[in-house]
Amino acid sequence: MSTIFGVPLPALFGQLLLGLINGSFYAILSLGLAIIFGLLNIINFAHGALYMMGAFGAWMLLNYAGIGYWPALILSPLIVGAFGVVIERLLISRLYNLDHLYGLLLTFGLALIIQGLFRNQYGVSGLPYGIPSQLTGAQNLGFMFMPNYRGWVVVASLVVCLATWFVIEKTRLGAYLRAATENPTLVGAFGINVPRLITLTYGFGVALAAFAGVLAAPVYSVNPNMGADLIIVVFAVVVIGGMGSILGSVVTGLGLGVVEGFTRVFYPEASNVVVFVIMAIVLMLRPAGLFGKEA
Amino acid sequence: MKPKTFLFAAAFVGLVAGTAEAQVSVKLGVLNDMSGLYSDISGPGSVVAAKMAVEDFKAASKGIKAEVISADHQNKPDVGSAIARKWYDQDGVDIILDVTTSSVALAVSEVTREKHKIFMVSGGGTSDLTGEKCSPNTIHWTYDTWALANGTGTALTKRGGDTWFFLTADYAFGSALERDASEAVKKAGGKVLGSVKHPLSASDLSSFLLQAQASKAKVIGLANAGGDTINSIKQASEFGIVEGGQKLAGLLIFSSDVKALGLKAAQGLVLTEAFYWDQTDATRDFSKRFAAQFGGKMPTSSQAGVYSSVLHYLKAVEALKSKDSAQVLAKMKEMPIDDPLFGKGSIRADGRAIHPMYLYEVKKPSESKGEWDIYKVLDTIPTDEAFRPLNEGHCPLVNKS
Repeated sequence: MSTIFGVPLPALFGQLLLGLINGSFYAILSLGLAIIFGLLNIINFAHGALYMMGAFGAWMLLNYAGIGYWPALILSPLIVGAFGVVIERLLISRLYNLDHLYGLLLTFGLALIIQGLFRNQYGVSGLPYGIPSQLTGAQNLGFMFMPNYRGWVVVASLVVCLATWFVIEKTRLGAYLRAATENPTLVGAFGINVPRLITLTYGFGVALAAFAGVLAAPVYSVNPNMGADLIIVVFAVVVIGGMGSILGSVVTGLGLGVVEGFTRVFYPEASNVVVFVIMAIVLMLRPAGLFGKEA
Repeated sequence: MKPKTFLFAAAFVGLVAGTAEAQVSVKLGVLNDMSGLYSDISGPGSVVAAKMAVEDFKAASKGIKAEVISADHQNKPDVGSAIARKWYDQDGVDIILDVTTSSVALAVSEVTREKHKIFMVSGGGTSDLTGEKCSPNTIHWTYDTWALANGTGTALTKRGGDTWFFLTADYAFGSALERDASEAVKKAGGKVLGSVKHPLSASDLSSFLLQAQASKAKVIGLANAGGDTINSIKQASEFGIVEGGQKLAGLLIFSSDVKALGLKAAQGLVLTEAFYWDQTDATRDFSKRFAAQFGGKMPTSSQAGVYSSVLHYLKAVEALKSKDSAQVLAKMKEMPIDDPLFGKGSIRADGRAIHPMYLYEVKKPSESKGEWDIYKVLDTIPTDEAFRPLNEGHCPLVNKS
């Protein structure tokens, strides 16, 4: 059997694929963060908590209302997105004139409150959530055993990421959004309701996080800390990709997932550090991130 | 009787009675993970258990004024030892209880020895606490990595699972668990093919699971705990590892973890624990009272361990009418343990409290009669076989005597 550095090639392919799957979660979460930062200039530390709410939303819909996975995939992001809109209107919108730091503190505080409330109610061990029956089972790809559900995760997140990129870069709505970031006053003068645009953008970013949460519910443990464990890595992804860069966050998310996957084979002990080492190197060489525009 | 002698006798009686009525006030500190990944194993439930022990003992009527306080060590040894130091130096705490997370437990054990106080471990697991790092001031109550690894490792190897691969959490507890399990497997005639270390609280363990799968070992030993174990089992079922013929062995699984997994994902899992709520009338009675005070949740073995270690401590204080650490420690080691939850046992010179351990199998969903009906007993491991033999732990306290 052919090997690379003593690791059999099939095992390496397996890890590559797993890396892509984890990368899909990073991509979809960092995309939401990038959109929110790009258009609102808010560093949304509540993103992990909202991702967790998405997963819990799916669990609650199933256990309290008997609504299954597929409707939850739409409903849960809508509900959490609406919650995001309320937060933006009530709290975040008051901070646009202040330093970034205030937004960061507010959203960080919100994250702690949300996680604490869920922890009080549901404990920390998590709740069981099954894989939808259509996607149970797995394919034998020769080099690895690929669960159908993981394949679905990659496809779903790639579609969502590409669609988001398309809307923002190629449509009229996206053009309004981008213009509103550049010069809100001028865009407002053309008769476009800029505050509403911003509110909806935040809601959409939040809905993306919740969508990732629903995707994650069947594979990861649904528990109040699930977002907190992930969010730091996701922030590193955003920084490496370039703050606010949409394409950057998607490509970096997938790329780092793969790098992390390989680290787990060659030097498992370093697998949770490698992302931050890369971040440090990127910040030294290209402070604006790989895809960021130099300010 | 001459008046003078009478007076003397009366004074003597008065003195004795006075001592009996004098209050001994003790302060018990429950230190554990109150909000992180181990907080369902111990957490606020351990505080409830400690308070129940004080009430059940009727401490107040026996001249003991007992106060229970608690704190969150956030799974960080530096935070844990700072709290322990403050408790002993400034807050007048006499005994620290529970302390999940082995690395923190080892740190608190050091502080306790330095301050000549008492530390009774329930949630922490590493067998080093009564091994190379044993301390005259530390008593390890509920379980340890050796007992779990030995129970599960020996049982599975003897049932034909003679090749093992370990998935190990990368910190003190994980490596202790792996080491102890490896020894048990080898002793029972099995072979260890390899292991992989994963970071603590890793949400995705599939990469590591695939490496375990590729090893072709018959048994994959999960030398981790809490959320990591839950994710390992959940993701192993996703990747068809059990269907592929490999068996999972949870080396540290608590009933709260099985609840979180659901019986569907966890069924058939073999594990070792010191306590299960539905075992005897005494455990059922305690557990139902506990659940009534704790949102309907049954106690884990670690929480039950806090309850019974507090009882044993209070018995020693009552017998001595004093809370002097050295005397209480000697008394606790001298008195046999006769406990409603853990049965009969004793405390050895190395600080290890010994009692029977149990080998359980997680029920199939079809076998379960209720929300908390999750285990069936496969085997009882008798007290003298359940824990590491005294002479194998390399505890300096044992070599001296």
